[in-house]
Amino acid sequence: MEAVATLKTETHKDHHHVYVPEPELIDGKPTFKTITDVICGVPEGKMPRLWWILFGVSFALMVMYLSVIAYLVYKGIGIWGLNTTVGWAWDITNFVWWVGIGHAGTLISAILFLFRQKWRTSINRFSEAMTIFAVICAGMFPLIHMGRIWHAYWFLPLPNSMQMWLNFRSPLMWDVFAISTYLSVSIMFWYVGLIPDLATMRDRAKPGIRKILLGLFALGWRGGNRQWQHYEKAYMILAGLSTPLVLSVHTIVSFDFATSIIPGWHTTIFPPYFVAGAIFSGFAMVMTLVIIAYWIFPQIKQIINERHIDNMNKIIMVTGMMVGYAYGCEFFIAWYSGNPYEASIFVKRATGPYWWAYWSMVFCNVVVPQIFWIKSMRTNLTASFIVSILVNVGMWFERFVITVTSLSQDFIPSSWKYFTPTIYDVACFVGSLGLFMTLFLLFLRYMPMVAMAEVKGVLPHANPHHPDHAHNGRAHHDEKIEELATKNGGH
Amino acid sequence: MNELASQSAEDLKKQAEATSAKAKEILIEEAAEGVVAEFDNPAALLEAAEKIRDAGYQRFEVYSPFPIHGMDDAMGLKRSPLGYIVFGFGSIGTMGALLLQWWTSAVDYPIVYSGKPYFALPAFVPITFELTVILSAFTAMVGMFALNRMPRFFHPMFYSENFCKKGSDDGFFAAIFAWDKKFDVREVKRFLQSIGGKNIEILHRPLNGEDSSK
Repeated sequence: MEAVATLKTETHKDHHHVYVPEPELIDGKPTFKTITDVICGVPEGKMPRLWWILFGVSFALMVMYLSVIAYLVYKGIGIWGLNTTVGWAWDITNFVWWVGIGHAGTLISAILFLFRQKWRTSINRFSEAMTIFAVICAGMFPLIHMGRIWHAYWFLPLPNSMQMWLNFRSPLMWDVFAISTYLSVSIMFWYVGLIPDLATMRDRAKPGIRKILLGLFALGWRGGNRQWQHYEKAYMILAGLSTPLVLSVHTIVSFDFATSIIPGWHTTIFPPYFVAGAIFSGFAMVMTLVIIAYWIFPQIKQIINERHIDNMNKIIMVTGMMVGYAYGCEFFIAWYSGNPYEASIFVKRATGPYWWAYWSMVFCNVVVPQIFWIKSMRTNLTASFIVSILVNVGMWFERFVITVTSLSQDFIPSSWKYFTPTIYDVACFVGSLGLFMTLFLLFLRYMPMVAMAEVKGVLPHANPHHPDHAHNGRAHHDEKIEELATKNGGH
Repeated sequence: MNELASQSAEDLKKQAEATSAKAKEILIEEAAEGVVAEFDNPAALLEAAEKIRDAGYQRFEVYSPFPIHGMDDAMGLKRSPLGYIVFGFGSIGTMGALLLQWWTSAVDYPIVYSGKPYFALPAFVPITFELTVILSAFTAMVGMFALNRMPRFFHPMFYSENFCKKGSDDGFFAAIFAWDKKFDVREVKRFLQSIGGKNIEILHRPLNGEDSSK
């Protein structure tokens, strides 16, 4: 009886504890030091053989890519398979594909941050890096498609001897601003996130050139709370800005098509459809890269674990179904609008000369991700890897189908032409993969691939209210904190 | 003279060492730029911050490898003004973008494209938005650097070897600096000890002959 009474008083006292245990996000109950050791250990150690093999292949592809670009600039874009009817093909396909891939990085780093999805901390550095590299790859294609690449500065609003200004009413101009803003903001967001981790690496480095460089880029970060205060504010603002930005970027990319009057392009569903597709393919690419990183550095499995794979696969499945819905909706509108050109182009997409591309797209994007209804498949690495590759194949076909089917069979049947890529089309695409993977592998080699400070912050004992810290006399303190928490609108 | 002679060389040496140690201590105290103490965990640091605040110190700082919730209130900090700064510069981005597009399209080189008016506001929205975002983001980053006095490659905290080793890894530190009005090196040392600080160190530039290679 007495025991019960004591228990009651204790419960009553404990009422003031605001500590709510959260699901543990990182396996194996790590300490703060384990996180530092695992993550810093990668760039501090020697690269495994697999890293060198992958880097060798990627680097060779990148060199091939740069050589092809040199030849393309010398010879002109006639070396691609473009013709008078299909004036845009693999280049715009690759451009949209790469930009789309980048979007998942921003979704993970910014949108999931705003939604307080703490599991994102294990993969956000990764995916932000992916965003930057993907946008670099994307930006290459419009540049080289210009042919006269030395005129690229004509895109900028600079006073010039022709006394002309840009056409700000053109979606292609919007694209220039959107992509360059996106690249710059992604780099700033990434760098701000990196600063505390660069300081950690600086403090661990042995005196020498590496320590000096890390010190320079860490800008003298000390981790004082006044610094953290402004830092967190800046991070929040950058996340808040990146969220509408990422939506605007793919919306504007879709305007490249949607503001024209080509059947199959002139539809209002394009912006949301493109954004969903972008996140779909981007998550698939994050998955591919995470699994590649697993192969190279098995020790990171502790930090990026099954739960992350599971969550990402759920998002892949959901966005895949959104994309599937958009495919269906396009057909419905083509019929419902009563526009014969619109209807004809959609029938031709599914049954015309490019039927194989259309049905590959539907298979990869709509059918394949359905496997993730099964929980064991969502955490199975082999299945995840295969699906992630197929999704990106499917998303590439989606952009190809949109671009090429609508162009190759336009209003006048006499100008209909079939597009066949040349070896240079293929070389540019494969080469851009080489550039992407080279940058990504270098990132793994030199940078902390997981945001250490953020992961430490979501460990259970990072919370000052964790019961392990109870001997510090939390009891009297918690009331105050709770009061403050209520005042600030939640903890 | 006789007295000195009567002492053994051993004793003299001990005395000299004691004097030199005392002198060193005084020199260190005179050179003090702050006192740092280590705490066990985020909770202990939070509590230490409250006690330092309540003791009336202002020029103090707590260091942790990740931001700790509730620390701003524990230290008695005001909200970061960064949001207002970003809003200001973001608005300049908005206005600048509209002015640029209006002047180039409707004033300096008016030409009709695709039947749209010279000043076609809906068509100007995307670029206005993008320029607002880029200016705001740039301000958020540079403003944060400015508020944090970055880059600043040296700070008295880096005199502490223990802090350099653990501060960005898993150490929790609090420091009170010499530019606080209330700063008194012995008093601060005692105070930090009394609130549970460990590994208390005086932050000072290396004395002559001391290894300064860290």
